Amino acid sequence: MADEIPVIRIKEHRFSPPELRIPVGKKIKILVNNEDAEPEEFESYELRREKFVSGHSAIVLYVGPLKPGVYKYFGDFHPQTAQGRLIAEGNS
Amino acid sequence: MLPVAIIVFREVLEITLVFTVLLVSTRGLAGGAKAAWMGVFFGGLGACVVAYFAAAISSFAEGMGQELFNAVVLFLAAVLITWHTVWMSQHGREMALHLKEVGRLVKRGEKPVYILAIIMTVATLREGSEIVLFTCGLLAQGVSVPEALGGGILGLAAGAFTGVLLYYGLLQVSSKRLFGLTSWLLILLAAGMVAQAVGFLSAAGWVPEIVSPLWDSSMFLSEKNLLGKILHTLIGYSDRPTGAQVIAYLATLGVIFLLLKFVKNHPSSQGK
Repeated sequence: MADEIPVIRIKEHRFSPPELRIPVGKKIKILVNNEDAEPEEFESYELRREKFVSGHSAIVLYVGPLKPGVYKYFGDFHPQTAQGRLIAEGNS
Repeated sequence: MLPVAIIVFREVLEITLVFTVLLVSTRGLAGGAKAAWMGVFFGGLGACVVAYFAAAISSFAEGMGQELFNAVVLFLAAVLITWHTVWMSQHGREMALHLKEVGRLVKRGEKPVYILAIIMTVATLREGSEIVLFTCGLLAQGVSVPEALGGGILGLAAGAFTGVLLYYGLLQVSSKRLFGLTSWLLILLAAGMVAQAVGFLSAAGWVPEIVSPLWDSSMFLSEKNLLGKILHTLIGYSDRPTGAQVIAYLATLGVIFLLLKFVKNHPSSQGK
């Protein structure tokens, strides 16, 4: 069965869904789709990712393999509103 | 205004710290400061170009263009800083002690002042492009020009001020020790850059992280607060490094020390 690529949308400087669940212990490809006209920077200290997303465009992120846990991320250009969490779960 | 200032400050800080250490390390090198400033200028221009092509860069290499770009720029900067440090180790000490000699070295065309310019161009390119992208985003979002400009200038001023503090702080060190100190700072700077580059390669999935993270010291000193950020730039401090990054850091230190040892045992024929 082909895995569907999880998508994090950015709309009005917020992430949707605000929480994304992914399986632990494997490398995951995530699409971050910025539907706003303004650019954003996807950033996560826990995931050690920092990536610029132009307005009306999408980027690809690779994360993991992760241990079970919660990994916060935020939009560096709009940190007040753009907050999200990646939840890695399952048996590794 | 303040959020703009904070972001600009953060990006400017890295440029300023590299700039300051380079400047101090080449004190007594005629034309050094001018070359470094020229580098900042060209880096600024380059940053605008990079920002303009941001979307194109991003889609390059199957969506891993940004990571690749960052890694290449950081590697390049690290190689150039290493070259600079090794060159300074051959000639810098003499220069610092006998300022008269400098004129002679300049005339013989041995002085790689252009390396300084290139290092600063490269260092400014990466962080500068983020400032441009962020500021353009603000303007697109309807933030007024005075507010964006005001924040930008405030951030720039704060970054420059930190650099000035570091500059005069370093100058307090006696010139005999200063040479060793700036060499150390440059070596650690280069190692930190290589570790960062490896981090980007791991993000792109090209290099395994090995252990991720190897440690987590973010509770003691976050990489993101002012002190953490300064140490991150200057000595490559990382609060959650991967195993691959630590290996890269140590390997870079090893390579640079070997190079320094090599030139010490094989002094250049033009050295004296």
